[in-house]
Amino acid sequence: MSDFDESEWETVIGLEVHAELATRTKLFSSAPNEFGGEPNTNIDPVTLGLPGALPVLNEQAVELAIRVGLALHCTVQRSIFARKNYFYPDQAKNYQISQFDLPINIDGWIELPDGKRIGIERAHLEEDTGKSTHIGGGGRIHEADYSLVDYNRCGVPLLEIVGRPDLRNGDDAKAYVSELRAILVAVGASDGKMEEGSMRVDCNVSVRRRGETEFGTRCEVKNINSLRSLGRAINYEAARHVALIEAGEKVEQQTRHWDESEGRTHKLRSKEEADDYRYFPEPDLVELDPSAEWIERVRSELPSLPAQRRHDLVDRTGATPAQAGLIVERGLDALCIAAVDLGADGSRVVTHAEHNLADPRAVDLTPENLAKLTEMETGGDLSATQAKQVIAEMVETGASPVDIAKAHGFEAMDTDALATTVDEVIAANPDEWQRYCDGDGKLTGFFVGQVMKATKGQADGKAVSALLNARKS
Amino acid sequence: MSKRRSVGRCRDRSADSLGPEMNDRISKDDVEKVARLALLHLEPSELETFTGQLAAILDHASDMGQLDLSGVEPMTQPVPLSNVMRADEVGELLDRGDVLASAPCSEDGQFRVPPVLGEPS
Repeated sequence: MSDFDESEWETVIGLEVHAELATRTKLFSSAPNEFGGEPNTNIDPVTLGLPGALPVLNEQAVELAIRVGLALHCTVQRSIFARKNYFYPDQAKNYQISQFDLPINIDGWIELPDGKRIGIERAHLEEDTGKSTHIGGGGRIHEADYSLVDYNRCGVPLLEIVGRPDLRNGDDAKAYVSELRAILVAVGASDGKMEEGSMRVDCNVSVRRRGETEFGTRCEVKNINSLRSLGRAINYEAARHVALIEAGEKVEQQTRHWDESEGRTHKLRSKEEADDYRYFPEPDLVELDPSAEWIERVRSELPSLPAQRRHDLVDRTGATPAQAGLIVERGLDALCIAAVDLGADGSRVVTHAEHNLADPRAVDLTPENLAKLTEMETGGDLSATQAKQVIAEMVETGASPVDIAKAHGFEAMDTDALATTVDEVIAANPDEWQRYCDGDGKLTGFFVGQVMKATKGQADGKAVSALLNARKS
Repeated sequence: MSKRRSVGRCRDRSADSLGPEMNDRISKDDVEKVARLALLHLEPSELETFTGQLAAILDHASDMGQLDLSGVEPMTQPVPLSNVMRADEVGELLDRGDVLASAPCSEDGQFRVPPVLGEPS
C-alpha cells in the first residue's frame, strides 16, 4: 500500500543487485573468498594493492558469471575490465576493478511467477570492497573520529546485475529479487543470502504522473537488507517524491540510505559529485573473450531454472501459478511431480506441499511415501485431519505413512459405526437437526464438528456430510 | 556541477602556446583538482611547472588528431592477448602482523585510517 494516490502517480523502479560469487578465491588473486572471521587474515599483495602486485582473473568467477548471464537470457560477449577511481579506504589501491563500457553479459530478462518479464541491462564482474568500521561519533560516518579497515572481503568476486526500470511497485520488486535469488542459487553462483550481505540490493526509485512517458528524477536507495525493507523503502521513497512534487518542489538526484528502524531514507550524497569515477580500461588485465564452445558447454550444463520448473509443475499437477511459485521456492516441485508419476492425486499432493510442508526438511520426503499418503486419503483410510498429523510426522521422522497411521491407531472408520455415530449426534441435537433440515446451511459445520468430536477426528468430513445429507428428509 | 573538460580533444596546433598560464588544454584549476584527488600537495611554483608539463604531454597525444582514424576500433589493451586466467585455487597469504607493522597506524588487527569524511586535521 502506498501513501499517495496511485491512480494519479506511477512509481518507476530499477534494481541493481550485487551477488557474491561462490568461488574458492578472490576475483584477481589467490587469497580465499572468506570473510567475517579474524580481520585481515585473507590478504595478499593484490588484495592490498601493494606496488608491483598484478591481478590475474579467476576462471571460475568467469564461469559463474556466464552461468548467471545465460540463466538471465543475456548475450555473453567480449568484455574488458575498467578502473573505477575513487578515494575511500575500503580499496587500498584507490580504485575498484569493474567492467564499464564492455560488460560480460548484456540484454537479458527475468520472468516473474505471474509471467511479467523484467529487462536486464547488464550483469558484469567486479571486485568487492573491504569493510570499514567507523569509531567515535556513535559509529556514524559523518562524526567518526577515525575508521578501521578489514580487507578480507576486498577482492571477493561480485556480479552486479543491473535491471531495467521496468518495475512499477514494491511487490513486483520483491518478486524480482526473489526470482533472481532463486536463479543464482539454482545455478550455484551464489548462496543469495540477503541478510548476510551475499546479495545486496540498491534500488532506483522515481515517480511520474500516469500517462507521462519521460522518467522523473530518481534517487538511489542503499542499505536494503531484506525483501521486507525493499518494499518499505520503495513505498517510503515514492511517497516522498510525490509529496515534494505536489508541494511544488523538485526531487534532487541523490543517493539515500534506508534506515530500517526509523522506516525512512536519509540523504547520503548528491549524485552528480559522485559520478566522476574517471573510468578507464584496466591496463593490468587483458580482454576477456569466452569462446563459443565455452559458452555452449555452460549452457548445456544449466539446471532447470525456476520459471521452467513452475511451468512443469503447473502442467504435471494442475497447480495454480501462485501454488507453483511457493512450491518451487520450497524446492518441492520434483517431489510433487514424482509422486504424481506414481499415481498420486495431483491436487492432494499440491495441497500438502502448499499447506503442510513449510518445514525445510520436507525436501527429504520420498515420492513413494507422499504418494502412499494421498492414496490412503483417497481410499478413505485417513481423514484430512489425520493426514495432516501423519505428514507432519513423516517430515519429522521419515517413517512411512502406513507405520505412522498404525502407531496412532488411525483406521478407516467402519461405515456402519460412522452411521451410528451420526444418528446419535442427530438424536442428541433435535433443534439443530430441525433447522438443518429446514435448510440452514450453517449447521452442516456444527454437525460435522460434533461427529468429529465424538470420533476424535477419525471420521472423514466428506463422508459425514454425505450421511447427514442422506438423512435429511 | 561537474566541469569536466575533454582535455584530449584535438585542435589546430598552430594556435598553441605551451606557456603554463595560457594553455587551454589544461588549466591550473584542473591540475589543482587532480592533485587534490590524488592527495598530493603542490606548491604554487610546482603547479606552474606541472601544468606546463601536462599540457605538453596532452599536446603530444593530440598528434593522434592529425591521423584519419575513421574505421579504426578503439584499442583497450596494447597487449594482443585475451583470456589470461588462473585456476580457482588458494595460494600464499601475507602475515597480518608483518603487514600491519608497515601500516602507519593499526588497531585490533585492522588498519586505522583518518576520518573518511570531512577535512583532514
